[in-house]
Amino acid sequence: MSEQARFATVLVVLGIAVAVLFVLSLTTGPAQSGIAAGISALLSGDEGALSLVMREIRLPRAVLGLMIGATLGLSGAVLQGYLRNPLAEPGLLGISASASLGAVLTIYTGLSLTFPLALPLAALAGALCAVLVVRAMAGASGGTLTIILAGIAVSAFAGAMTSLALNLSPNPFAALEIVFWMLGSLTDRSMTHLWLAAPFMLVGWAMLALVARPLDLLTLGEDAAASLGVNLRQVQFLAVTGTAASVGAATAVAGAIGFIGLIVPHVLRPLVGALPSRLLPASALGGAAVLLAADIAVRVLAPGRDLKLGVLTALVGAPFFLWLVWRTRRQML
Amino acid sequence: MTILDVADLRASLGGQEVLKGVSLRVGAGEFVGLIGPNGAGKSTLLRAVLGLTRSTGTVTIDGRAARELNARARARKISYLPQEREIAWPVSVERLVALGRAPHLPPFSRRSASDDAAVREAMARMEVGEFADREATKLSGGEKARVLIARALAQGAPLMLADEPTAGLDPAHQITLMRIFAGLAQEGGSVVACLHDLGLAARWCTRLVLLDKGRIVADGAPDEVLTAQTLRSVYNIEAHLGSIDGRQMVYPLDLAEGVVRGVRE
Repeated sequence: MSEQARFATVLVVLGIAVAVLFVLSLTTGPAQSGIAAGISALLSGDEGALSLVMREIRLPRAVLGLMIGATLGLSGAVLQGYLRNPLAEPGLLGISASASLGAVLTIYTGLSLTFPLALPLAALAGALCAVLVVRAMAGASGGTLTIILAGIAVSAFAGAMTSLALNLSPNPFAALEIVFWMLGSLTDRSMTHLWLAAPFMLVGWAMLALVARPLDLLTLGEDAAASLGVNLRQVQFLAVTGTAASVGAATAVAGAIGFIGLIVPHVLRPLVGALPSRLLPASALGGAAVLLAADIAVRVLAPGRDLKLGVLTALVGAPFFLWLVWRTRRQML
Repeated sequence: MTILDVADLRASLGGQEVLKGVSLRVGAGEFVGLIGPNGAGKSTLLRAVLGLTRSTGTVTIDGRAARELNARARARKISYLPQEREIAWPVSVERLVALGRAPHLPPFSRRSASDDAAVREAMARMEVGEFADREATKLSGGEKARVLIARALAQGAPLMLADEPTAGLDPAHQITLMRIFAGLAQEGGSVVACLHDLGLAARWCTRLVLLDKGRIVADGAPDEVLTAQTLRSVYNIEAHLGSIDGRQMVYPLDLAEGVVRGVRE
């Protein structure tokens, strides 16, 4: 099979997987219904109980799962390509940690109780702060090493502030709520969450899609890429800001969900001939499929126990990553 | 016809002035060897011409001021082969060589038939066609070097700047490379290559430019530049100089007298 045909096959298979998992996500939950009954209830305009469940609970959950998964997969692929480092992931820039800090502060102050949308808005503000600091640190030269170091510093600081909020938390319930929120979940998200997060994610995706071809050229290193007409400062702006907008919005509504942005690009890279521009769409679809699958799994594995999505992705993702490292090491020997 | 005109170029790295007013003209059909000891400013000169290092002075590329050219337009005039042979991902050799066509592709479009032809020709020239489908990261050092040179050739620019292109190649591939550069010059293209191997430089370049401490100290035909006097004063070496088939021959023998005494003390 030619490289081109194999790439098309990968995209089609992933696309079908996403479609199937999306329908399964729509029809999984405590209110049992058959797949056909659920879908027809969703599409009918009536005010029956099942229709309401489908429209107000399942639909936003499934759409958010799809979009957040795509965001994590896409931004992971972009950051690995931009930093030319297979260990890069969306959390590396400090965006997830800062968005979490913003959300935690609203829980800590009790603001999220009086004004529910304060939480995602503060998380977005946190992501914005992170991107401003990281870009200011990187400066005009925009070296990738500075970006990584600044991201680590921002992550560490945001993590410390989150710990401080937990440490000083006024009552155990607030502390518990902070911990649970940070574990990452899609339970009980509404259409409002979707409308809030979707525009940021779409703008972020557009920015990330624009760096596809420059990322291919960066395979040759920064100097060679620049000599081939790549504007390195523009690429840095698009990669960092696009990640901040999409991952910031994802974290704002679902908390920090790890490992998808790290592992999905890693697994798909060999299947698309390692070319960064081809990895972007494949990784977006792959991320969406994995997150939808994980969100179905938390509902099926422990119904009624509210198993957190972020816990599951880390639980499965970390050993899987270990296996990947082991396999890579064997290849290098 | 002048393809590159550099006048009074100055550049600093970390507060140290590395280029102290370099002026150089490269015409079509020239294969210029840029020689000089380590730290003379050879790489910085190439990088400054490309706008990768900040500099003052004027750079004119094919009759137009470099500052007025955008990055893509410049990439259609000059191809660049950096010293570091970086290949970040295991992409196929054919894909890697095709990256050289990027400055010619309109946004969001695929390679045309002429792009494919340029890629094939570049691969054939560097004899890398036989491993077109292999992963570029799994090649040997010399093979990688040839693939990256093919990438620069595929760019199809009238001027190529190459930073130590022969490093790490076996003698046969060093000579192949010098022949290819000489061939490009004969076809009317221009090549400026930083070289440390004076023997190769003397034998294949049409002209040598000797840099020392950020200044051009000699510029001309190989036998005018590589004299016992300049080798002693710039490189601190004694060399056997001769001539084979009407071409200059250099063989470095030992450190220059004064330096040897310094080493012994």
